[in-house]
Amino acid sequence: MNPSEDKQPVKKVCIIVSRGSLDGVYPALIMANGARMEGIDASLFFTFFGLNALVQKTLDHLKVATVGNPAMNMAMPMLGMPMTMPFPTWMGALPGISAFATGLMNKKMEELDIPPVGEFLELISDSGGKIFACKLAMDMFKLKPEDLSDRVDGVLTVGQFYEESAGAGTHILFT
Amino acid sequence: MNKEIAGTTVEVNEEGYLTDMSQWNEAIAAAIASEEGVGPLGDGHWKVIRYLREQQAKGAALTIRSMGKSGIVTTKELYDLFPGGPLKKSSKIAGIPKPVGCI
Repeated sequence: MNPSEDKQPVKKVCIIVSRGSLDGVYPALIMANGARMEGIDASLFFTFFGLNALVQKTLDHLKVATVGNPAMNMAMPMLGMPMTMPFPTWMGALPGISAFATGLMNKKMEELDIPPVGEFLELISDSGGKIFACKLAMDMFKLKPEDLSDRVDGVLTVGQFYEESAGAGTHILFT
Repeated sequence: MNKEIAGTTVEVNEEGYLTDMSQWNEAIAAAIASEEGVGPLGDGHWKVIRYLREQQAKGAALTIRSMGKSGIVTTKELYDLFPGGPLKKSSKIAGIPKPVGCI
């Protein structure tokens, strides 16, 4: 059999978002929106610190994680410096570095027509993508459904999330 | 490669997108739409198709976000009009290249 005939299309992606930094959340939002644009179903399940991207008061104020990030040299070309320029990890903890990196990333994202988190949730929800919050993480952080974006489709237990993911051709991705 | 669509021979790429948007006409759009399981084409579809062609002629990069903000169509309407790939399918029907962005 020709290998290309053997390919089963991806029918649905269920993406678990466990981190709440801007750089932790954006990839999942981009992957979910990209799936919908290809006609693939998409569900997002925000758990642990990922809930930061659903809480109304915080979702548009996510920050780039600069502490403990040994890949900060990637941002150097944005400042007109070579990507090989070292950025020692301790520098990420200096006051204002995270805010500065966040401002830089937000600007670059806007240039690429990537919306801010709140607008991105609206885009995914309007496209038919589903947005869920993890019940356990909600309890841990003492959050109530009314604290979350009105685009959230529900608060699910882990079991309910797996039910939501049922079906051949579904892929579960953890980010 | 050449392909005959709605009685006209047009140049298409391997995915079936017209490579020369000037060879496009409305009958071709209707034929591609039915091949893609879209339509029958109504006013809503035509508004999007005309807008896409205008933007392409201007050289603008098309994204799902810019479409939703165009005032031509909402995100929801776009997905309803062109199910299974709103920007890809509408671009194909409009006779313009497949969008290359990730958004």
